[in-house]
Amino acid sequence: MNTKPSSLFVKMTMVSLVLALLFLAAMVAGLAMGSSGASLDSIWTTLSSEDASQSMEQAIIWRIRFPRVLLAALVGAALSLGGLVFQALLKNPLAEPYILGISGGAAIGGIIGIILGLSRIPGVSITAFAGSLATLVLIIFISSGRAFLVKDALLLSGVMVNAFCTAVIMFLLSITQDDRLHNIIFWLMGDLSASQIHHVIMLAAILLPCFMVVFIYSNKMNLLLLGSDMAASMGVRVRQVTLVLLVITSLMISLTVSQCGLIGFVGLVIPHLLRLLCGPDHRVLVPACILGGGAYMVVCDLLARVLPPQGEMPGGVITAMIGAPLFILLLRRSKR
Amino acid sequence: MNAILRIDRVSCAYPQNPVLRELTFQVNPGELFIVIGPNGSGKTTLIKALAGLLPISGGEIFLREQALKQYGQKDLARQVAYVAQTGAVDNPFTIKEMVLMGRSPYLGVLGIEGELDIEIARQAIEFTGLSQLANRRLDSLSGGERQRAFIARAICQQPELILLDEPTAALDLAHQIRIMDLMQRMKTNQGATVVMVSHDINLAAMYADRLLLLVDGHIRACGSPSQVIDEKLLGAAYSCRLSVDQSPCGDWPMVNQMPGEKSRR
Repeated sequence: MNTKPSSLFVKMTMVSLVLALLFLAAMVAGLAMGSSGASLDSIWTTLSSEDASQSMEQAIIWRIRFPRVLLAALVGAALSLGGLVFQALLKNPLAEPYILGISGGAAIGGIIGIILGLSRIPGVSITAFAGSLATLVLIIFISSGRAFLVKDALLLSGVMVNAFCTAVIMFLLSITQDDRLHNIIFWLMGDLSASQIHHVIMLAAILLPCFMVVFIYSNKMNLLLLGSDMAASMGVRVRQVTLVLLVITSLMISLTVSQCGLIGFVGLVIPHLLRLLCGPDHRVLVPACILGGGAYMVVCDLLARVLPPQGEMPGGVITAMIGAPLFILLLRRSKR
Repeated sequence: MNAILRIDRVSCAYPQNPVLRELTFQVNPGELFIVIGPNGSGKTTLIKALAGLLPISGGEIFLREQALKQYGQKDLARQVAYVAQTGAVDNPFTIKEMVLMGRSPYLGVLGIEGELDIEIARQAIEFTGLSQLANRRLDSLSGGERQRAFIARAICQQPELILLDEPTAALDLAHQIRIMDLMQRMKTNQGATVVMVSHDINLAAMYADRLLLLVDGHIRACGSPSQVIDEKLLGAAYSCRLSVDQSPCGDWPMVNQMPGEKSRR
């Protein structure tokens, strides 16, 4: 029935191309900059030379920075996509896995996994996934019935669940005595420094298919914004689509939490910014959030590495410092 | 004439609350069929059941003599379009983008429209008189303009049957007439069958080919406006005093409401 690609296809391609360039620039900057001497020139030199004297710089760039930058990109993409999906399903621009407590639930699961001595992947990832799903069920249960799709009911339930999750996390920390306590605290702060390439590859192997599923459902997210009945009358299996998207998003969030702890507000800042720039169409926004979120997180992690005069701070600090004021701004605007 | 829609002893119930009780009627092709009735009589439940959005607890709904439940969701969406009473008000899409969504049942997995889809959407926008506003966001439109945009989206679906739940609710007189004229043109120009719910009996009497009066989930009357718009029938259905005259504007009945306990004059 269709004859030739629409302007949508052109828009999708253009937006993706521009953001892909930004993403690449962020990746190069992430590889080239840091507290050690290894720089932009070094990337090219280590790639083109086989000189043994380059081995130190080579190690810094390709063994330390490269997995970290890749992890940051994956985490940023997953978090911003998670925010976008929640905002579409709940029809609320303030919805975000971190604010709604989904990340908190994953963190509780993750801590239990660490206390039990499980490995990051798959052990801690599985317990984190269980935690995020339990939180999701709890939020839906609290705000279920007629109030389910009322914006404030859901947000309020999420805030309460998040507060509860924080209390549970504190409790778990207080009963953990040995060196696992240090691991948990640093992990909770949103730390990307412990990334290892094989973990990143495993993470990518799970996240990339998730990104694809969300992209396939992107047009259905557009239709859901018209209301469940209207979407169903246009051929959308509302329950099935909602369930698949919620589970996929919870999986993405719990995987990122199990890898690098709690990093908040990425899912708020990036979808909001991209919606302003590219419009509300999810077929454009999904690839844009993957690339834009990835680039944003790489830059935030870079700032976390280079801003402190000594050592580094967790990337979650930077994302919260940018995201929290924006959240307040959005909240004020939505009240008007 | 083969009915486009045949409702055979259909019942519908929310938990412990029966809403529709063994309804039997049919809608003919090309008809403008309007469901009237007091609040809580089950009008919205009926229109949602006809759209396949609510499960029925008994009986069967047939679309072109095939049971509604046998249609796949996308297949049904190509034949039946539904316009809700209140579409999402704070919708960020433009009219053009939203109307184009009506092509979704015809699109592939990624939902990317082709030139033909865009042309069909353009025609639907033109048909509803919204060409000048095509690039305006839905949340910046008046109630009447937004309702017409939702109808354009339904037209873009190219269905045989369009179901509308109170499309004229909360609209001023001019917009009510514009919407009803649109329904009339959909019937005559596009050959569509229109089934709608209305609270405005006079508007319904003016435009409908046939009316269905629903009271407490039962059919009280079904037929031409002159058959259904009856003083006793409506007075009992709505539990109020009213009189029925011939409209001075044309060949249709007109209902006059009367004060309740106290006369105002």
